[in-house]
Amino acid sequence: MSNSIESRRTPLYECHQRAGAKIVEFAGWQMPVQYVGLIEEHRAVRQQAGLFDVSHMGEFSVRGPDAASFLQRMTPNDVSRLADGRAHYSGLLTEDGTYVDDILIYRFAEDDYMLVVNAGNRQADLDWLLEHRGDAEVAIEDRSDDTALLALQGPAAAEILAGLTDSDLAAVRYYGFVSGKVAGHPAIISRTGYTGEDGFELYLEPEAAPPVWDSLLEAGAPQGLVPAGLGARDTLRLEAAMALYGHELDRTTTPWEAGLSWVVKLESGDFVGRDALVRQKEAGIPRRLIGFEVVGRGIAREGYALATSGGAEGVVTSGTWSPTFEKSIGLGYLPTGSTEDGDPLVITVRKREVEARAVPIPFYKRAR
Amino acid sequence: MYPADYLYSKDHEWAKVDGDVCQIGITQFAQEELGEVVFVELPEVGDTFEAHDEIGTIESVKAVAEVYTPVGGEIVAINEAAADDPTIVNQDPHAAGWLVKIRLSDPAQLDELMSADAYEQFAGGGS
Repeated sequence: MSNSIESRRTPLYECHQRAGAKIVEFAGWQMPVQYVGLIEEHRAVRQQAGLFDVSHMGEFSVRGPDAASFLQRMTPNDVSRLADGRAHYSGLLTEDGTYVDDILIYRFAEDDYMLVVNAGNRQADLDWLLEHRGDAEVAIEDRSDDTALLALQGPAAAEILAGLTDSDLAAVRYYGFVSGKVAGHPAIISRTGYTGEDGFELYLEPEAAPPVWDSLLEAGAPQGLVPAGLGARDTLRLEAAMALYGHELDRTTTPWEAGLSWVVKLESGDFVGRDALVRQKEAGIPRRLIGFEVVGRGIAREGYALATSGGAEGVVTSGTWSPTFEKSIGLGYLPTGSTEDGDPLVITVRKREVEARAVPIPFYKRAR
Repeated sequence: MYPADYLYSKDHEWAKVDGDVCQIGITQFAQEELGEVVFVELPEVGDTFEAHDEIGTIESVKAVAEVYTPVGGEIVAINEAAADDPTIVNQDPHAAGWLVKIRLSDPAQLDELMSADAYEQFAGGGS
């Protein structure tokens, strides 16, 4: 496989090579797509645990006396409700209420936040924030090159991590985080993830990433921990019906359409995109993200045409074969009200019409 | 790794010739590149194709690969077992994971294919 000369490597590139990973280019990065096999890695995360290198993700520091009010103005979720040591899912929206990016916001202190952004949007996000800074007293710094990110995901994740840290993991609730040490290296330990399982994301200094990676794999081996690639990350997030920028979300989609209305806090004051969201809500939301399973043979992939029996037309945004359910599933947009769960759908798979059915999302929800 | 008595195409298919019938499958290199196969679509017995036509598709979780016949002719058999259990294409691509048998319309087309040694170099150099 040829890689463009500009594509970048994470601090774990050599660990991946040593583990026999298949490396592909993703958002300008040379990333492991799989090690032993996507399906096996996917199942390990559902049943035991998997370790992902997601160091390609971007991290920004947003600090200063106006940091809170600036982020409140730039994002649809309510930053004022974040406590120290808590994170939430949000977005950066255009004036049209559509997605520049979907992001996580971490609050260290009232004047100190971290934004986690998609690798492919890093420069656009930074430009967007700087353009909108105005005279706010806030320092925005791209810390991505100084930050490695590992995701330890799966039902055994907490037990594995507990053996390598003194931090009290039981006190770290979902979307909470602490600063501590993992295998002797400073880390931000965050109870977040993109798989639908319990798990942690570990923000590290780049030099710490290889020793922490090796320590985790060694400590977790008895519980079945394996390295997992971006291939499994995608099938896991899709089963959990978590949106992926460039697929479910982009500069044409609003949170209402994407089923992310819970992210929008209209009562939290003005923010970029708010007026457009209010207008769209009043005028009627034209389309909705729906889940489907394929009844016939084949995989419905991004861009394939989707239609209801009543003739309403839409498009598939993500589709895969689901290792958990052993069938083909996907997400797509259809006109609002054109289909209900259980209704038949037709997907055009390479000129062939394949029968599908609308189903509730998420496809997968872990038992708690 | 590549059977010496097979012929190979640049599209990563192999052909095993037996008289005027040619058995066709995808190579070890192709199955590794694809990853775990979850669907195999094959033509029907009696269909006829020109050399380099698409005769079916193989889908893995991440990718769709078209299968091109390296030679023209009529399909005389398809591997139902591969359609029923596509994992055999990963496990045994050069034997049990065969895809179709085609009756050659022009045996001279075989001259365009590569030997095992030439293919191994071709696939190795391409990765």
